[in-house]
Amino acid sequence: MQEHEQLSQKQINDDLTRAIFVTPKWWLPAVTFLSILVVTGLAAFAFMVYHGVGVTGLNRPVFWGFFIANFVFWIGISHAGIMISAILRLTQAEWRRPITRAAEVMTIFSLVAALHTPLFHVGRPWRVLYWIFPYDFDRGIWPNIRSPFVWDPSAVGTYLIASTLFVFVCLLPDIAILRDRAKASFVKKIYAGLCLGFRGTPRQWRLQTLAGILLSALVLPVFVSVHSIVSWDFAVLIAVEGWHSTIFAPYFIIGAIHSGVSAVAMLMALCVWLYKLDRYIKPDHFDAIARLLIIVATTWFFFFFLEWVYALYTLASPEIALRELQAFEWPYGPLFALFVILSFVIPVPVWMFKRCRRSALIMFFTTILVNIGMWLERFLIVIPGLVRRSHMTFDWGTYHPSLIEILIVVETFAFVALGMLVFAKVLPLIPLFDVKEGVIFRHVIKVGRKTIPATIREGLPHHYYDKNH
Amino acid sequence: MAKRSVLGLYTEEDAAADALDNLRDAGFEENEYEILTGTPYPEGTFGEAEPHHNLYRWPLIGAACGFTGGLIITAGTQMAYPLITGGKPILSIPPMAIIMYEGTMLGAIIFTIIGIIFESRLPRLFMGAYSEKITEGHIGVTVTTEEGRTDDAEEALKKAGTTEDIIRGWE
Repeated sequence: MQEHEQLSQKQINDDLTRAIFVTPKWWLPAVTFLSILVVTGLAAFAFMVYHGVGVTGLNRPVFWGFFIANFVFWIGISHAGIMISAILRLTQAEWRRPITRAAEVMTIFSLVAALHTPLFHVGRPWRVLYWIFPYDFDRGIWPNIRSPFVWDPSAVGTYLIASTLFVFVCLLPDIAILRDRAKASFVKKIYAGLCLGFRGTPRQWRLQTLAGILLSALVLPVFVSVHSIVSWDFAVLIAVEGWHSTIFAPYFIIGAIHSGVSAVAMLMALCVWLYKLDRYIKPDHFDAIARLLIIVATTWFFFFFLEWVYALYTLASPEIALRELQAFEWPYGPLFALFVILSFVIPVPVWMFKRCRRSALIMFFTTILVNIGMWLERFLIVIPGLVRRSHMTFDWGTYHPSLIEILIVVETFAFVALGMLVFAKVLPLIPLFDVKEGVIFRHVIKVGRKTIPATIREGLPHHYYDKNH
Repeated sequence: MAKRSVLGLYTEEDAAADALDNLRDAGFEENEYEILTGTPYPEGTFGEAEPHHNLYRWPLIGAACGFTGGLIITAGTQMAYPLITGGKPILSIPPMAIIMYEGTMLGAIIFTIIGIIFESRLPRLFMGAYSEKITEGHIGVTVTTEEGRTDDAEEALKKAGTTEDIIRGWE
């Protein structure tokens, strides 16, 4: 990372805790608006519980609609948060420092949003308990662990618990700063309780460094498993030809990374504009994440291409009928074209230009396009797959989302945005201790006649330095 | 016997390292003094001892517990409600592996978190001698010792050039 400002610890504290102690003017109207959307979505859900799932557009043969497409979308978004944080921590990439926390927090809220929709989809959410909890609630019937509907909660639950604990442990030093800066004694006591009495001893810092590395290493395999299992919700179904594919797990994972890393870039731009954090998130950071996105997007496109090749190579008539429906028939054909254009054709060439990569505005809009495209991708996997207009089809139905479904989907977006805003009001969205560590470990070295920026490698144990001196 | 703690604040790394040297010269043990900083420094910056911990054992223990829990849940539920499908064995290994894998990882992660908190000597109910300036960039050297030796500790801290008055607290 070439671009940096050498700031004092006090300056960093002032900048990164300002939004917590001084409420920005836009915060309350934004939170009110998002809360209205959330309440409206929950009211729509209550209406659905009262009147039954008949108020949705779900009917034979399309029993999975907006809710499941939205579920897969949010699981995807949740992935990049921890993924980007974990991979960048493990590789000790310097540019990770200001963006890891926001990415991790987005993971948590996205996962909760993802869990909303399948719970709402089943119509009577409380009954979910009967098929996932390992207990015979009635007539000695135990949950059937051969069903993906048991795998899903175990994987998503593990990921949610792991992400939440990961964020909590990494927050301890920053909560200690808030404890020290809070003026009101009540607020001070809350932060003091939350930081568990963290003081910043060498032992505590050593364990913080190890926590980041060790938990990253443990969370990454969970991250891979979660979207694989979500893809198996589809892929293990023999009855739906378009879904019964062995490439679904890696295809879903790379799609999740594509949409998730895009969401992180979008979040970085919002942090710069809303919280005036341009001293911490610089054009170099956008440049770095855009380069990563080019690789991710190209890999995703390769898997997308392979999925089509594998499907068409079989020459099976249901597969060909499905692909014709997805790509050429109304209304899916135009949506398909839009999805490919938005998620690959526009953004990737734009990211090839350095000036575009370094612009927060361009990165913001291109990554929004990616996420619109990736939402459409999930829609085009779920709905045309179930419509299945091949010969001998018994149910010749289609799907139109109802207002109730639209309101609930909007609610999930509002929920994540609201969650992020409320989080940023009580806890720092940029890890203060990580940024400060970057400042301390930053150095300049002389190579021949040139003085260049350098960074001390973090986390090396005592004996490393002893051996080298 | 109740112990007292004293804290000296420094702005320079070298001064804090000198304070540690003075404390060693005054006969204080490694476990009686600590450096407090608002940010991680490279290990050994202040000449402090390398902290020993057993964190790496925690995820292994957690993984073993999680694996066992996953095995009991998956095998137990299938045997409690035996559904023979297609003449195949009751215990279906591939789905069991999925849930056991998640159980293993969950156990490992939860135990790692507990390990981090435990090995960091947290939660700490009483802060002892502490200053809010530490999170603003000052480096603190705190000595926790018997009441009769606090004067020696204060002298050793002052000799290294504290920037503020010595702060005292109870442990």
